[in-house]
Amino acid sequence: MAGIPHDHYEPKTGGEKWLHKRLPIVGLMYDTLMLPTPKNLNWMWIWGIVLTFCLALQIVTGIVLVMHYTPHVDHAFASVEHIMRNVNGGHMLRYLHQNGASLFFIAVYLHIFRGLYYGSYKAPREVTWIIGMLIYLAMMATAFMGYVLPWGQMSFWGATVITGLFGAIPGIGEPIQTWLLGGPAVDNATLNRFFSLHYLLPFVIAALVAVHIWAFHTTGNNNPTGVEVRRGSKEEAERDTLPFWPYFVMKDLFALAVILAVFFAIVGFMPNYLGHPDNYLEANPLSTPAHIVPEWYFLPFYAILRAFTGDVWVVIAAEWVTFGIVDAKFFGVLAMFGAIAVMALAPWLDTSSVRSGRYRPMFKWWFALLVVDFMVLMWVGAMPAEEPYATISLIASAYWFAYFLIILPLLGVIEKPLPQPATIEEDFNAHYATPSASAAMQPAE
Amino acid sequence: MIRNIALTATAALALSAGAALAAGGAAEITDYAFAHEGPFGKFDQNQLQRGLQVYTEVCAACHGLQYVPIRSLSDPGGPEMPEDQIRAYATQFSVTDAETGESRDGVPTDHFPMSGMEGAPDLSLMTKARAGFNGPYGTGISQFFKGIGGAEYTYSILTHYTEEEPACAPDGVDGFYYNSAFPNGGVPDSCKDENGVSTVPGSWIAMPNPLSDDLVTYADGTPATVSNMSADVTSFLVWAAEPKMMARKEAGFKAVIFLIVLSTLLYLTNKKLWANVKGKKIA
Repeated sequence: MAGIPHDHYEPKTGGEKWLHKRLPIVGLMYDTLMLPTPKNLNWMWIWGIVLTFCLALQIVTGIVLVMHYTPHVDHAFASVEHIMRNVNGGHMLRYLHQNGASLFFIAVYLHIFRGLYYGSYKAPREVTWIIGMLIYLAMMATAFMGYVLPWGQMSFWGATVITGLFGAIPGIGEPIQTWLLGGPAVDNATLNRFFSLHYLLPFVIAALVAVHIWAFHTTGNNNPTGVEVRRGSKEEAERDTLPFWPYFVMKDLFALAVILAVFFAIVGFMPNYLGHPDNYLEANPLSTPAHIVPEWYFLPFYAILRAFTGDVWVVIAAEWVTFGIVDAKFFGVLAMFGAIAVMALAPWLDTSSVRSGRYRPMFKWWFALLVVDFMVLMWVGAMPAEEPYATISLIASAYWFAYFLIILPLLGVIEKPLPQPATIEEDFNAHYATPSASAAMQPAE
Repeated sequence: MIRNIALTATAALALSAGAALAAGGAAEITDYAFAHEGPFGKFDQNQLQRGLQVYTEVCAACHGLQYVPIRSLSDPGGPEMPEDQIRAYATQFSVTDAETGESRDGVPTDHFPMSGMEGAPDLSLMTKARAGFNGPYGTGISQFFKGIGGAEYTYSILTHYTEEEPACAPDGVDGFYYNSAFPNGGVPDSCKDENGVSTVPGSWIAMPNPLSDDLVTYADGTPATVSNMSADVTSFLVWAAEPKMMARKEAGFKAVIFLIVLSTLLYLTNKKLWANVKGKKIA
């Protein structure tokens, strides 16, 4: 696919021509910024800019924090306090970085659920979707390792629990865990390698983001109708689209400013709301906290991890079939990673020929239930592992898998979709009066 | 103004005569209205100085403040004590010099000493390391409006010792003291029901009641009641844990105002930009 037809950069002056012949970088920037973008995009299409901003914020604040941080078990906790007390603006940098992680995940979850509702993962955007899932995995790894660096109680015990997951892999689990930790337990070697990787992975994410953008600039954006932009000619395409600059840049910047106002209110007035008080206690390998709770953005998958206990029949069946190789602990780990894997496979599990949930009357309800399910999982993930939470998390986990593995494939067969607009232009004109006429028109009832 | 509110893991129960009884062993936390609370809350400088006095004369016997540099007592947004006073104050601590290895009097650039007694936690971050409201495991709604309540927790620990031991354990517990705000201590079997659930709020703590009326003499004439001393030293510890709170709130306030103005301008720009393309919404 050669992309949506549009005007390209034409070097005019001698200097421009000289550079363009040798490195067409201005042309690349022009094509990126002037990308024809469906003109009916709604407010759920702003999260990409928010996410890009988050990545930049985390990298910039992170680089300055590293200048003052000491990755050593004896000094890490104190060096964070040094940042909070002695470094100029250090308390703001640290709180921006800490809460920036939460903004990053709020935005990524809304971005992912936007994609799930409007069918953005469907052909021809599978590669964009898969790269997005890789970014999400890299984000989780980065956030997890970053949370270990302040070397508080939750840092230490969170690291112990999560690396313990790898220990659940039959046979090779323990060597893998030891290799990850750099020793038999979470210690200085662990802190150092997590620090190194926490600094590295954001740049990997940045590269993946570039590929993610490249991929969807090739296929073009999805849009709320799920109907493709017409590509027959430039004139035709222009009736469905507007250039990214300035229309969508301004719209996205406005949304970003509103979101940042809320973000700065949280950083300024309640920076520890999303944190855990135990992380203001220095790590102590001899004292286990009463409840070990991951950060909020891991809770849904943490709930799935804990949901499959040894008394659940699928777990018992799995253990019997595999002659005990897949025990309850390993099953939980498989379920947690599987929960993300089934989401990544959505392009091939969804059999519906209609892209947007807007024209899928049954899908809408199952999707709404998935959103509720995600919230429920997040809530039970923070609860102690006891009744009634155990049962709730089992039901909620089951629905998560059922949505991707059963409901999505079946709906495509049994659902009767609503008629879709023929073009984006038609949909847009059905919703908005033409500007010249709008002044004269009576307001719609 | 003091409002006594008992918060349990499940619900806040009814109020009676200023103090409330919590069900089944959950701690009683007093919701004290500190000056520093809320987006516009500021530290009361005089209160911080009184709190420093209580800390120095009472708490410092066992507890340390190892992350707090003594010089920061004169920083803006804190007790803001004059530098000569701080120099004099620092000399009461004996410090092992990092370069010579010899003992010398403290200077403002030193930190407060570490805890001198085993089992006495360092207090530098105590008000951020404890949650008074609803814990982190509840819905978090009360945290949203009141913060995590680390200050209320500290205040409550200091004020929730009782004159008499609870009826279920009239002889007390050897070496421990009953405190209705302390959630993490032991409870004797006689104070548990048949399911092993505690029948009294709070539990037994190793720290004896450190405060009594008129234990310190305030230079500014503030009555040294247990409640006043507790509130003062708690405020001081909130500052010790979050010395840049005032600067942070100011930065937050400026950023929010700036972003609201910026949002408005971007909204108008965006509206004008799209006016050529998008008419009134008709469906």
